[in-house]
Amino acid sequence: MKEQLQKDFDNTIKNLTLSQRDIEIKKFYLDNFINKGFPNRKEEDWKFSDLNQIIKKNIGELSFYSDYTSTNKVDTSAFVDGLEHNKIVFINGRIEKIDFDYEKKDQIEIIDQSETISKFNNNSSLSDLNSAFTNKSFKIVVKKGYQLTKPLIIYHTTNSKIWSKNINLRLNFELYENSSLRLIDLFRDTSEKNFLNIFYNFDLKENSILKNYKVDKFENKNIKYSFNNIEQDKNSISETFILSSGSNFCKNEINCNLKGEYSSAFVNGIFSINNNKHHEIRTIINHLTENTKSYQLIKSVLEDSSRAVYQGKIFVNSKAQKTDGYQLSKAILLNKDSEFNAKPELEIYADDVKCSHGSASGSLNEESIFYLMSRGLNYQQSRELLINGFLLDVVEKITDPEVKNLIKNMIGIKE
Amino acid sequence: MDNRQKEIDNLKDYKYGFTTDIESTRAPKGLNEDVIRFISNIKKEPQWMLDFRLKAFERFKQLKEPDWQKPKYPKIDYQDLYYYSAPKSIKDKPKNLDDLDPKLLDTYKKLGIPLQEQKRLNGIAVDAVFDSVSVATTFREELTKQGIIFCPISEAIQNHPELVKKYLGSVIPVTDHFFATLNSAVFTDGSFAYIPEGVRCPMELSTYFRINASNTGQFERTLIVADKGSYVSYLEGCTAPMRDENQLHAANVELVALDDAEIKYSTVQNWYPGDKDGKGGIYNFVTKRGLCKGKNSKISWTQVETGSAITWKYPSCILKGDNSVGEFYSIAITNNHQKADTGTKMIHLGKNTKSKIISKGISAGHSDMTYRGLVDISPKAANSNNYTQCDSLLMGNKCGAHTVPYIKNKNSESNIAHEATTSKISEEQLHYCQQRGLSAEEAVGLIVNGFCKEVLQQLPMEFAVEAQKLVGISLEGSVG
Repeated sequence: MKEQLQKDFDNTIKNLTLSQRDIEIKKFYLDNFINKGFPNRKEEDWKFSDLNQIIKKNIGELSFYSDYTSTNKVDTSAFVDGLEHNKIVFINGRIEKIDFDYEKKDQIEIIDQSETISKFNNNSSLSDLNSAFTNKSFKIVVKKGYQLTKPLIIYHTTNSKIWSKNINLRLNFELYENSSLRLIDLFRDTSEKNFLNIFYNFDLKENSILKNYKVDKFENKNIKYSFNNIEQDKNSISETFILSSGSNFCKNEINCNLKGEYSSAFVNGIFSINNNKHHEIRTIINHLTENTKSYQLIKSVLEDSSRAVYQGKIFVNSKAQKTDGYQLSKAILLNKDSEFNAKPELEIYADDVKCSHGSASGSLNEESIFYLMSRGLNYQQSRELLINGFLLDVVEKITDPEVKNLIKNMIGIKE
Repeated sequence: MDNRQKEIDNLKDYKYGFTTDIESTRAPKGLNEDVIRFISNIKKEPQWMLDFRLKAFERFKQLKEPDWQKPKYPKIDYQDLYYYSAPKSIKDKPKNLDDLDPKLLDTYKKLGIPLQEQKRLNGIAVDAVFDSVSVATTFREELTKQGIIFCPISEAIQNHPELVKKYLGSVIPVTDHFFATLNSAVFTDGSFAYIPEGVRCPMELSTYFRINASNTGQFERTLIVADKGSYVSYLEGCTAPMRDENQLHAANVELVALDDAEIKYSTVQNWYPGDKDGKGGIYNFVTKRGLCKGKNSKISWTQVETGSAITWKYPSCILKGDNSVGEFYSIAITNNHQKADTGTKMIHLGKNTKSKIISKGISAGHSDMTYRGLVDISPKAANSNNYTQCDSLLMGNKCGAHTVPYIKNKNSESNIAHEATTSKISEEQLHYCQQRGLSAEEAVGLIVNGFCKEVLQQLPMEFAVEAQKLVGISLEGSVG
């Protein structure tokens, strides 16, 4: 893999106009990645999902070179209907379109950061890989007091032009005081077996609100990793919703630093997977000051020989008195080959806190099915109704009505 | 009130901190093949036992000390320890208690275990382990009548080799982790109990561990085998003198329950925890594992952990037999600079297996406490159930309480439920108690005892009283 990496790196650098210093930095990250390689089960954070093995088994040889010089055609038919929205379109990892048509132009700033690599508070090998190979990284700034009128949808599209490729994306968001942003990440892949490595950074200033909805619904053979770092100042709110369903492998990581008083973080997630898919959500909520709040709800429905992993950590440092932290994960295993692993973790150094977590996993309740069948539903209907209700619980946590409806339609949950 | 204050003052200091001035024989310092041969030789062990030890030692040399645990400790120099220490007077084993060195008897009297009187009281059969060797076992004859074997393991190796050979290392193999393997190589003594088919052990069996000599590691090995349809309740207590240096205690406990058998294992661990500034104290790195080998068998662990500078152990159950049951009840209390990383593993292999985990952690002062547990339901363990509840109580903002459960469900017909909470004693509760005339400390004691009640109830009577007191004492000075 080492020679491949070096070769692909040299080719990628050639196509970019980078300063000598930037090349040096990228080289430094490349060397870091070469040293560490893809994470494997020996690392505690990857205990349940050995990425190295998964890539080897599903993709084999990975190519890291991407030609970003030629453009891709944006297929407008793929856009979401019935909801006016701003767009960012990625096709095969190349940014094709940034469009904030519905917003006041002077309230949003888009900064091309391709020449300066913003440092991530994450020294994992995947972050190194991302830093070494990202082509362009944009920073999107929402100005003081501005609240976007329409949601922003980021389309992540891959098509059959690429295979066995590693795609690295990076976006930075900065929400100034009293601003707000609704963001939907929508994955539409028709490509075969690529490895997507996505890093987002969110900086939330005082009183700002971020709502981030990640929807991976469409069946595809890709392997995805997405890392989200959220920094929160006083009174800010972040809401993250994850629908983890379509990809062959998908790991979402949410790292949230509650740095300002009265800031709060909500993470809700659904695993709805089948076949031999393997999905993971890992959250780390760091309560770093007084009076902060976090709430997490993760529900899974697992069919066939699918496997879901939830690793959630609530960290409370000694200054963070009056913390309120809650975490619940529930899983329904529908097949004898399905598997659910959880590691709900509490690390607490302050005494005046309210922290709890719960985790339950098991089969569909036969008594409930019997109850429904005795009222005239057949087995299949009863089962669907129960699963629907089970997942609806999480969807109902979405605070934005427009997006809630969109997602409900998308996953076909009926009320 | 005065009486209570007096009692508290009395108990405030670690009252088991005395040393007994007794001459002892030691193996040469250090860890090597010669020392292992020395231990084996002095115990007059058969060749197979020596081979067992040497095999473990071979394996040990390849192992690395683990470092994933939460409480870190300075590196232990395994060559700077004595691996064998025995009171000199024991060289020729006393035939009965009257031959015992009076100093030893005195020591156990001070510890509240009067070996002499116990002969007359109808109570508990005790095996007392002093440093590396078992010094006395009471009630032997009475137990023998029922066919129960209860003796030091060194004796069992001589007298019941077929049983020891069959079961020793069957739950904790010589190829296990670092500390367990070290124990397999150098273990010096411990207790052995065998309950024959269909016998319900008429009294509680008990081992009392005492570390006396300095610079000594204590490595005892306990093996309990409950044959078909039998029942035994086993108690374990431990204390050590106050010393400035840290001492290592790495014991192995193996339990085997055959068809329909039940083993109840209770521990009140009160090793010297170190002084207020965290100097000295015992490193308690113990491996405890029970195997529910037969159908309908049951193993239940109850532990009250109040002592030791560092406690690092996970009493586990391997639920191999169908319909077997594993239970784990734990209270862990850390104060001052104590650290604990404890919990359990429930490994469900058989069908219809059930496990229950109740863990209560209390941390005060500058201490740090971690619950770490594993519930693993394998694909074949259909219709299995686990319930886990771990609650932590924090006193002050200089201590930490952590929960790290690993939950693996690989069977769709099985259910796992896990709950954990962390909180402090609420002002309202305190206020309510104080309003009714209790002092702040008494109120805390009452509330803490209530918090632990579920676990305390599991202990045998004699232990429950002691444990309840211990819970109060361990938290002295942590209020306000």
